Amino acid sequence: MHELSVTESLLEIALRHGKSANASHITDLYLVIGQLSSLIDDSVQFYWDIVSKDTLAEGANLHFQRISTQIRCLDCASCFVPAGEDLSCPNCLSTRIEVTAGDEFFLEAINVET
Amino acid sequence: MVEKIKVIENILSANDNLAQENRARFDQAGLLALNFMASPGAGKTSLVEVTVKSLAGRFRLAVIDGDIATSLDADRAAAAGAIAVQINTGGECHLDAVMVREALPLLDLDAIDLLIVENVGNLVCPASFQLGTHKNILIASIPEGDDKPYKYPGMYRGVAVLVINKIDLLPYVDFDMDFFKRGVELLNPGVLTFPVSCKTGDGLLNWVEWLVSEIENHREKVAG
Repeated sequence: MHELSVTESLLEIALRHGKSANASHITDLYLVIGQLSSLIDDSVQFYWDIVSKDTLAEGANLHFQRISTQIRCLDCASCFVPAGEDLSCPNCLSTRIEVTAGDEFFLEAINVET
Repeated sequence: MVEKIKVIENILSANDNLAQENRARFDQAGLLALNFMASPGAGKTSLVEVTVKSLAGRFRLAVIDGDIATSLDADRAAAAGAIAVQINTGGECHLDAVMVREALPLLDLDAIDLLIVENVGNLVCPASFQLGTHKNILIASIPEGDDKPYKYPGMYRGVAVLVINKIDLLPYVDFDMDFFKRGVELLNPGVLTFPVSCKTGDGLLNWVEWLVSEIENHREKVAG
């Protein structure tokens, strides 16, 4: 993916919220990342250590909450976690499906010291 | 004292906000903006060329070309008759809303009917970055193989139109169209699809007719 731009954006959001809370230090970031967003945790962590240097968030811990892809079949209404790349319904084999989870890509919360 | 602060903000929110500003400028100028995405070599620039030539004299076209380096694509678009601007991303694997915004002062938006933004060749990253364009167009091509919808679901899910280029190569390549279309249908049911060959011209008439009606409908919508 594009982990550098993601990490820079993450820092901008964390600093903005940290500053408005008058934080002296941001210690933790809680991210919620769906499986479909294909973000590499290790790579974000690598960039994070570089981009957060000399900021309020230097050395903050990144916590990744991973959300599995969930699918609902529009024909038989069964809900399932797809096995591998095929997203079709394992119950009725329909290809009419809807993704109900796995798209998440947001910063949920930060811990700050004030 | 340690305190937990609720944020709940999309990680790319800064980009999304800028994309909305770009969209507002496009709408103010009354132009239709399209984002062409594809893997390298699928035929983005070829489709730009044939589109520019087909619409010449009827509509005023501009192209913003995104590439890691060189101005080869913008040169081709300009040679075909469009006003062309090149953005070199300097290593970034996708265009984002900031890069598009920076290119806009180089164009007279009020004098443009159709703006094509040609993204960096990549089936992953461009799908995550909104640019403010009205429609995302994906150009797939036969030599890439029929498994691409399965491998790049993010890209195939997020597009309004799918152009399948290089259909003239179907007899020479192991490409199972039913398998490909099944993958597309799973991710993007009913997506508008144009099988074409930029080389032979096959199928291009349908694409151009659709584009003409889109430009005209958009113009009416914005004016109304």
